Amino acid sequence: MFDGGKRPLVEVEGLKMYFPITAGLFRAKVGDVKAVDDVTFTIYEGETLGLVGESGCGKSTCGRAILRLYEPTAGSVTIDGEDVLAAPPSELRAMRPKMQMVFQDPQASLNPRMTVAGIIGEPLDEHTTLTKPQKLARIYELMDKVGLNRDFANRYPHEFSGGQRQRIGIARALALNPRFIVCDEPIAALDVSIQAQVVNLLEELQDSLGLTYLFISHDLSMVRHIADRVAVMYLGRIVELATRDALYEAPLHPYTQALLSAVPEPDPNAESTRQRIILKGDVPSPANPPKGCNFCTRCPKVMDLCRSVEPEFREVAPGHFTACHLHNQTAG
Amino acid sequence: MTDTTTKIRPPRNQWWDVWDQFKTHRGALVGLTIFVAILGLILIGPLVWHMDPTYVDFRARNKGFSLAHPLGTDQLGRDLLARMMAGGKVSISVGLTAMSLSIFLGAAIGVLAGYFKRLDGHLMRLTDLFLALPLLPLLLLMVTLFRDPLSKGFGPEGGIFLLIVTAIGATSWMQTARIVRGEVLALKEREFVLAARSIGTPAHRLVLRHILPNVMSPIMVSATLGIASAIITESALSFLGLGFPPDFPTWGRLLFDAVDQIQLYPMRVILPGIAISLTVLSVNYIGDGLRDALDPRIRGR
Repeated sequence: MFDGGKRPLVEVEGLKMYFPITAGLFRAKVGDVKAVDDVTFTIYEGETLGLVGESGCGKSTCGRAILRLYEPTAGSVTIDGEDVLAAPPSELRAMRPKMQMVFQDPQASLNPRMTVAGIIGEPLDEHTTLTKPQKLARIYELMDKVGLNRDFANRYPHEFSGGQRQRIGIARALALNPRFIVCDEPIAALDVSIQAQVVNLLEELQDSLGLTYLFISHDLSMVRHIADRVAVMYLGRIVELATRDALYEAPLHPYTQALLSAVPEPDPNAESTRQRIILKGDVPSPANPPKGCNFCTRCPKVMDLCRSVEPEFREVAPGHFTACHLHNQTAG
Repeated sequence: MTDTTTKIRPPRNQWWDVWDQFKTHRGALVGLTIFVAILGLILIGPLVWHMDPTYVDFRARNKGFSLAHPLGTDQLGRDLLARMMAGGKVSISVGLTAMSLSIFLGAAIGVLAGYFKRLDGHLMRLTDLFLALPLLPLLLLMVTLFRDPLSKGFGPEGGIFLLIVTAIGATSWMQTARIVRGEVLALKEREFVLAARSIGTPAHRLVLRHILPNVMSPIMVSATLGIASAIITESALSFLGLGFPPDFPTWGRLLFDAVDQIQLYPMRVILPGIAISLTVLSVNYIGDGLRDALDPRIRGR
């Protein structure tokens, strides 16, 4: 569907990010927090992959591990044919311009002591040898592109509203003409009215610059709006990955079904008849995930098999992947 | 939206913003004026007032204020104005140099310990070690060990100056290091540091561009306090006979020389006392103003 004729830009294979838990006098390792546990997916050039899931399921960690802001425990990430995780520091630095990130909290992601020009110009300082006037011209060009007044170049981040700050963050990410941008909940800290502006800006930039996004969010409606394909994460694993329409209209995994049933309907009549699937219990600790399927403690359709055997992440329909025993059986 | 025809100010040097804000801080301006005045007296004064600060004139001992000796003379008949000016030069240069050394050490160790997890344990244990050292015996040992070789190498005054500055600097950086480490630990978890790493900024530039400017406030505060304590420590050392030779004037020396006769000649204690207090106070106000001026969030309010 979307992958026909399109070239894969980002390939993530068996990505694992474990954080060690240490205890005692000698800081002995007693276990791992399995924040991201064996995640595999591909992002095609020019598309937006939405990554959704509840808080603490490892979405942001996954995004950061792909850009190697953390050192992942295992797995491989290939961006535009180059292995990011195996590269030595100097090569990794040379790859950085290709992959950039937009952060969740626009307040915290901008250095309060730098001017807007300094913030947007930092990537240019690091990776280009532009002269001062060339750099300024590029900064102004970027500010125009994200809809910031050029006169703001001398101001400091605290003088801006949340939406404007996020625009500064986006301009910084665009400075080096990246191919791939990880948007780590770029709209979670913004007002609803500003959210739409920022998302529209991201879409416009995608169209004009041919960008590829990994769009991390917990806002299902927004992901439906912006994403081409959607991956659903639960407790460090991807449970379902499909094109947007297939996932929103016919979710296969019980967790996806429960998640989607929680999205409010704008139409009051539809809203009053909406059937919510209420999950019981809490998310198990990622330091001690249940045996078998990660979701078996809360799944409304749980079977004996789920408590012992880990379901395989497999393609049950063209372009529609899920990790659930229910669909393994039907498929054979 | 601004179109290209409207005038756009190109980004100007940030130090102009700092100066603009500094000018609005009245205390800092007064402090700066007083400090510059003291510096002027000390540096230009001896060119105008030619009296030798070590010239002993027994016929003019313990004189009060007069035209021949505007600030009087001490118990050996040495001119106090000349001694104040010569002493100020030594005291202020000891204060500034020792403070710079201690701030440099403290900031460097604090940033390294806070930013590089591998160094943290070692550097902080080193800091604990220095905090636990008894200061006075250490200084005594340093002076007895190094006074003669240093005096040979740099002359008696230069050698002692180096020794005292190093001794004070090397024994007063620990508080700064602790404070800076704490701030760096908190800062490096902020997203803008992560953003800089995702751009590919190498560690040393990351520290200089993002970490250090943001730990400026505590560094400024300990710097201004450091000048005061360096001047006072130097006085204490001189008093114990560990510092400069007895006939070599410093403000601390003048104070301690005069303390014996405080009831007979109170002005001889009050004058160097005022000089030390004014210097310390003006430097504190300058530091206060600078700290505010360096923070863009306070600037412009």
